[in-house]
Amino acid sequence: MSFIAEHISVLVVIVPLMAAPLCVIVRHGAVSWGWATLVCLANFGLSILLMQQVLANGTIVYDLGGWEGPWGIVYHIDEVGALVVLIVSAIAAIVMPYAKESIEREIPKERHYLAYCMMLLCIAGLIGMAVTGDAFNLFVFLEVSSLATYVLIALGNDRRALTAALRYLILGTVGATFYVIGLGMIYMMTGSLNMTDLASLLPAVQNTGTVHVALAFIVVGFGLKLALFPLHVWLPNAYTFAPSAVTAFLAATATKVAVYALIRLIFTVFGDIDPLETYGVRAAVMVLAIAGMFAGSLIAIYQSNVKRLLAYSSVAQVGYMILGISIGNAPAMAGGIIHMFNHALMKGALFMALGCVFYVIGSVKLEDMAGLGKRMPLTAAAIVAGGFSLIGVPLTVGFISKFYLVEGALAAGMWPVALLIMLSSLLAVIYVWRVVEVMYFRSPAIGCETRTEAPMSLLVPTYILLGAAFWFGIDATFTGDVAMSAAQTLLGGSK
Amino acid sequence: MMMRRKMVLRVVSKLLIPFILLFALYVQWHGDFGPGGGFQAGVIFAAAFMLYGLIYGLGTLREALPSWVTRLVLSLGVLLYAGVGVVCLLLGGNFLDYDVLAHDPLHGQHYGIILVEFGVGLTVFAGIITIFCAFAGRAAADVNPHDPEETARAGDD
Repeated sequence: MSFIAEHISVLVVIVPLMAAPLCVIVRHGAVSWGWATLVCLANFGLSILLMQQVLANGTIVYDLGGWEGPWGIVYHIDEVGALVVLIVSAIAAIVMPYAKESIEREIPKERHYLAYCMMLLCIAGLIGMAVTGDAFNLFVFLEVSSLATYVLIALGNDRRALTAALRYLILGTVGATFYVIGLGMIYMMTGSLNMTDLASLLPAVQNTGTVHVALAFIVVGFGLKLALFPLHVWLPNAYTFAPSAVTAFLAATATKVAVYALIRLIFTVFGDIDPLETYGVRAAVMVLAIAGMFAGSLIAIYQSNVKRLLAYSSVAQVGYMILGISIGNAPAMAGGIIHMFNHALMKGALFMALGCVFYVIGSVKLEDMAGLGKRMPLTAAAIVAGGFSLIGVPLTVGFISKFYLVEGALAAGMWPVALLIMLSSLLAVIYVWRVVEVMYFRSPAIGCETRTEAPMSLLVPTYILLGAAFWFGIDATFTGDVAMSAAQTLLGGSK
Repeated sequence: MMMRRKMVLRVVSKLLIPFILLFALYVQWHGDFGPGGGFQAGVIFAAAFMLYGLIYGLGTLREALPSWVTRLVLSLGVLLYAGVGVVCLLLGGNFLDYDVLAHDPLHGQHYGIILVEFGVGLTVFAGIITIFCAFAGRAAADVNPHDPEETARAGDD
């Protein structure tokens, strides 16, 4: 037990990383699935232990290979990092049991084991991004997760999945390259790649053009990866044409981890400079975030494919997270961090419910979902409940995030921003209502009136995630406390 | 799909391939003292197989190295690398801390780096072969399938 406690920060990465090649060796879809599920559940347990350890003892620093930082690569896990690890592994543990039936329906049999291998690699990469304390190692894990993601999207059964994956491949690579260019410039100025070390070395060179340009490259690079408006163009098609289980997993995790990486870079690596203030870009970031909130929601209203509708809604939700970061006081920052967790729960549940719809009726187009409230009452109810959370109805997680954000905006004296948060929620009402209206107030097409629900193996994980979305909406003490103390630590570093 | 007419190419490549393989092994196992290491060795080892594939055709190459073999080697390399790290954990060190692998840290570092680089070599070798076959296979599929001569030529080029 002490062995696990001692090495837990590296175990959460290498368990899925080593499980992935084993899936390729067994070359059997069902066996790979069982193995991947087991690994994801075990990793979820590990990430809970990790969270407990961080809450009890504070930040964990782990020297890989026994080489201390700044010479060696270190893992550096604080509260937000542990929360992100928890998000990724929890979503993985819920999506994996769900994936079997869904993937059997949507991916050719001979590729099943490759899909599970890629899911595990993606998990390892995302968790690695959250735990690493080395800026170059962050790039390596970013690429591990991204390459796995491109493959997963290309596995979609629609031919357009290939072009969606290619577009994401190109834009994602541009993003990662931008990050490395920026990092190269910082390395040139400081001679270090260790995040803690960089934080102490950067203030001395903060007024050089190189560091300005480096920061711009890094922010734009991660802006692409986290789909910050107007760098979001890869996201809607990628989410729409990927297999349902993959979309549920990616929508719940990938962009959040990129947001977290950006937080780490801005508030710890560049923390002593306080770049948003020093370089006067706070307003610019805020405008992009708010533009994303409105553009994402407005485009979502006009979508006829519900998966694409939710994908555009994700662009808007990323806007809320970035808004929380850009306001820059503790409640707003906490709101952004909580929203990473909360959005993972609700968007994961919604995409899983859509996976159930696709499983039964073979389409997620709005017109094909007519009368779904009668045909698949449990699934339709899940979509409505998830939709409430997107709007931010009280008792749902969406309310908690928006509450913190509005509180932060008001505390900063930015009441127009608070108003805009409310207004953009009204747009969410419109796109959620469109789906509700079609599901409950239109009669099903002739010949499709029979009541057929998705199998339990799909519904149960969906409802577990949905239950969590309400649980943390009613009792937000855990998420609220973690996010608040994390926000204070992050902002404390910038003063 | 064999290049029947190009006698010189066939003979010279047959003479060259063993030396390329030998050089790859040198770069692999001498990488801890001289220039080289797993990545370079893997690429050179794969280059020998690519030459074989170029001269004798993709089909012949895939007979020697079916896709299940490359996928297996690809996975084993990753497992070997991470496995060394886990052995370090079990022997009481940090992940990939080679010091604990032998009776003294110097030998430990030596064994550790050799094993890890071998893992890299395996994966890079299999990865390069997989990429080569994927592209070469596409070239063969792109030409007119109703013209066997053209297909054969595309496979040979």
